[in-house]
Amino acid sequence: MIAWTIYVTFGGAVLLLFLRRAFARWIALLTTIAGLAICLVTFVRTPIADLAHFTTIVRVPWVPALGMNYHLAIDGVTLTMVLVTGISAVSTVLFSWDVKDRQNEFFFWLLLVVAGCYGVFLSADLFLFFVFYELVIVPKYFLIAIFGSTNKEYGAMKLTLYSFLGGIFVFVGILVAYVSAGSLDLNELARFQFSPQLQSWAFPVLFLGFAVLAGIWPLHTWAPTGHAAAPTAGSMLLAGIVMKLGSYAGLRVAMNLFPQGFHMWSKWIAVLAVIGIVYAAAVALRRSDLKFVIGYSSVSHMGFVLLGFATANALGVSGAVLQMFSHGVIAALLFAVAGRMIYRRTHTRELDALAAMNLSRALPFAAFTFVVASAASIGIPGFSGFAAEITILIGAWKTYPLAVWIAGAGMVLVAAFTLRALKESFFGEIGAEGDIRKATAITTLNREEFNPITVAEKIGACMLMVATLAIGVYPKLLLDRIVPAVEAMRFLK
Amino acid sequence: MSYLELLKLASPEAVVVLTALVVLSIGLLASRPAAACAFTAAFGILISIGAILLLPRNATLFGGMLVITPLNSLFKIICLVLAFSTVLFAQAERASRHPGEYLALVLLAAVGLMLLVGSEELLMIFIGLELLGLSLYVMAAFDKADVRSAEAGLKYFLFGSTSSAFTLFGISLIYGMTGTTGLAPIATKLASMSLQPLLAVAIVMTLVGFAFKIAAAPFHLWAPDAYQGAPVPSAAFIASGSKVASFVVLGKIVLVGFAPVHGSAAWHAMVAGWSPLLAALAALSIVIGNLLALAQSNVRRLLAYSAVAHAGYTLIGFVAGDRDGLSAALFYITVYAVTLVGAFGVVGVVRRETGGDDYANFSRLVSRSPLLAGCMAIFMLSLAGIPPLAGFFGKFYLFSAALHAVGNQGLLWLVALGLVGSFVSLYYYLLVLKAIFVDEPSIAAAPSVDGIGILSEIVQQATVSLLAAAVVLLGVMPNVLASQILAATP
Repeated sequence: MIAWTIYVTFGGAVLLLFLRRAFARWIALLTTIAGLAICLVTFVRTPIADLAHFTTIVRVPWVPALGMNYHLAIDGVTLTMVLVTGISAVSTVLFSWDVKDRQNEFFFWLLLVVAGCYGVFLSADLFLFFVFYELVIVPKYFLIAIFGSTNKEYGAMKLTLYSFLGGIFVFVGILVAYVSAGSLDLNELARFQFSPQLQSWAFPVLFLGFAVLAGIWPLHTWAPTGHAAAPTAGSMLLAGIVMKLGSYAGLRVAMNLFPQGFHMWSKWIAVLAVIGIVYAAAVALRRSDLKFVIGYSSVSHMGFVLLGFATANALGVSGAVLQMFSHGVIAALLFAVAGRMIYRRTHTRELDALAAMNLSRALPFAAFTFVVASAASIGIPGFSGFAAEITILIGAWKTYPLAVWIAGAGMVLVAAFTLRALKESFFGEIGAEGDIRKATAITTLNREEFNPITVAEKIGACMLMVATLAIGVYPKLLLDRIVPAVEAMRFLK
Repeated sequence: MSYLELLKLASPEAVVVLTALVVLSIGLLASRPAAACAFTAAFGILISIGAILLLPRNATLFGGMLVITPLNSLFKIICLVLAFSTVLFAQAERASRHPGEYLALVLLAAVGLMLLVGSEELLMIFIGLELLGLSLYVMAAFDKADVRSAEAGLKYFLFGSTSSAFTLFGISLIYGMTGTTGLAPIATKLASMSLQPLLAVAIVMTLVGFAFKIAAAPFHLWAPDAYQGAPVPSAAFIASGSKVASFVVLGKIVLVGFAPVHGSAAWHAMVAGWSPLLAALAALSIVIGNLLALAQSNVRRLLAYSAVAHAGYTLIGFVAGDRDGLSAALFYITVYAVTLVGAFGVVGVVRRETGGDDYANFSRLVSRSPLLAGCMAIFMLSLAGIPPLAGFFGKFYLFSAALHAVGNQGLLWLVALGLVGSFVSLYYYLLVLKAIFVDEPSIAAAPSVDGIGILSEIVQQATVSLLAAAVVLLGVMPNVLASQILAATP
């Protein structure tokens, strides 16, 4: 059943090529809603016990001579990732409701990315996995280069080449695994004993390839420029799902296939992760373009995911998976506010310029959304960010106590730049006390100037906010499904 | 061996030759010959394909001069399909003022391809090479009004004839040492011989000739000018049909004829033979082709340099040297040829509409013709190796075969080089797509002056779309072709 997320989304994309423009956004919306509905039904109906192992759902011979199968499977981790894909996809379409130019093309590329992501998360065959993984790269280029804003061609090319470079590393790793084990089945490979010598070099090659997409420091530089250049939908997808492809693949493929290699290198992953958390947060503190700030915050949050992986214990890794879900929702929300609610109306993302506009009066709903998103991003208890990060830190405490201290300092920096962005963009000070009249004038002007937040935007934002709140209040909903699946993986110490 | 049987087994070639003659006479007699010639040529090719399907599975004539195996038949069909698309493109080209002669040349070149593919004897291979080469030289120089076409023809002729001389010299040395020209007997003779200097010279000479044909660096210098200057259908045929056939023959020569002197190209464990030689050619082609392609601003020159790189990738399959490697290389080159013919089809239309084929001529093609833009995107991304297109599966198959073949992943260095090369290549393919999808239109499309028929235009676009569909299909269901090739590979 869950396999239909892939088919429906691809089908929607192909349909867009042949239909008239008037239907484009409705087709896209229906497609993504169908995808989300399938995810939710599967989420509710699959017994938790079935999610402990990577259970096959479809397996059809594809190229028998080379041992390739069209093989999909699901476990708790996969289900979580598919769910966040569904949620982000629907809200992304809602936040792209007023794309005017070349609408069919826009939603075509967008649905291709979404379909590819579903495919990556569900694949249980290494070749199939790689097909979907690489499939996501090119649509991103077009999405950004055609529909983007700031420095779009540069940002798009940089992002694409970085992704493809990562893909080349992955290609080498996959070929080596395939040739040594003689199989492409992820479950079989996860049982195969690769020689330690092979693991010692194949793991870093493979993991690094994936980590490029996850925004690991120092290969993260594509992320801020890419996010800033992308159209809102592009940033939401990129930060919400595509970066997760990298981290998910690192977990499912690199770590699970080469456990000894992973243990050899895990402390270096922790080092890079911690540097990423602190460095990105520090840079975010100094940037004045709102999207850059959020872009760096993504890198910082993904650092937590990598730190969770590096702990190599069930708690840390489960926390990392939860963080992937949580950040997928929060990043989408932040970019939605910055790119769609603010930028479309004010045509600027410079914090200084925004500070003078007193947007909290003009766009109260946007302000509310941004406050919620910031709170979730900072890690206020009650939001999903808190549940995820605290789990990761508890897990890390067992393995790398020092890392916890540094990452904790990083969290303070995250809070600092998020609050700064929040204050300057929405609660800017107009000036001295005497200028109240001027302030009111500006606000009135703004009210007239800015279109009100549309219904589509409200629905999209509410969906994401509900998701982060639900998981924040009741993380067990996901953790019950994630933890057994993680415990079944063989790299745990 | 009765003549009747010979005629039966050589019927596909005979049909194409007859068609060429018929097309020539139609060109002479009819007053407006273009459509009739094209139709006859296409029809003849289809009949020939039918004749191939009716052949027995295995047969050998005259000690290997004409050999019918499943592999040979398969590749004869592939070559004919490529010739078929070339004919369909040629009919839309207004430059061909002598359609009868032009199409007859295409058909004769196709006969050359079939002889090349269908022979396992050095002399016959050479005759096939010459028949192919001479037809292609004239096809390259066919546009008499265009000085670039003349340049392309001359360059291709000079380089090609020199390389033929090399090949002939190499073949004569081999004959002198083994006393035979059949590939299988040569192998048995060589098995008892050590790798003496004379043999090394012979091998190098023979391979040099073929390296010219497949445009492997450093013997690629003719390619950019020939690809850019020749009439578009000629360039398409040079880039596809000629390449496929040359690779098939090269594969047979090295893997059947020279099998005993394979050598090894494994890192730190090189052994003299032809495989380190081909590995060096492959590595050089990948590096030079990809780097020079970065600096181009003309789509046809870009395709030429990328052709050099793709020749390099394909050679990796031969270096691997086993059954998997051969079938992977043949799969790859077939997919490549189909892709390239399609890309040239798009170039042909754009050239007619805008009068050139620089990147600027492609700017915002998507708003002029979404169909062609989509097809070009498929072709370029397949060349770059993006799934789910055929080029991606080809690369995966090729590289995994290369890693499989030599123990302990000895060819990893070559595979890694190939992967880095394809990373670089994505950049320049994206530049073409950027022009097509992103750039502002800079050159206004002017409908062609002479006004080619609307029907020819439809035929060309339909051909391009079919080729694009084939590239997608071979990527999504590679088994369709891969299992055929693998089953047919000895």
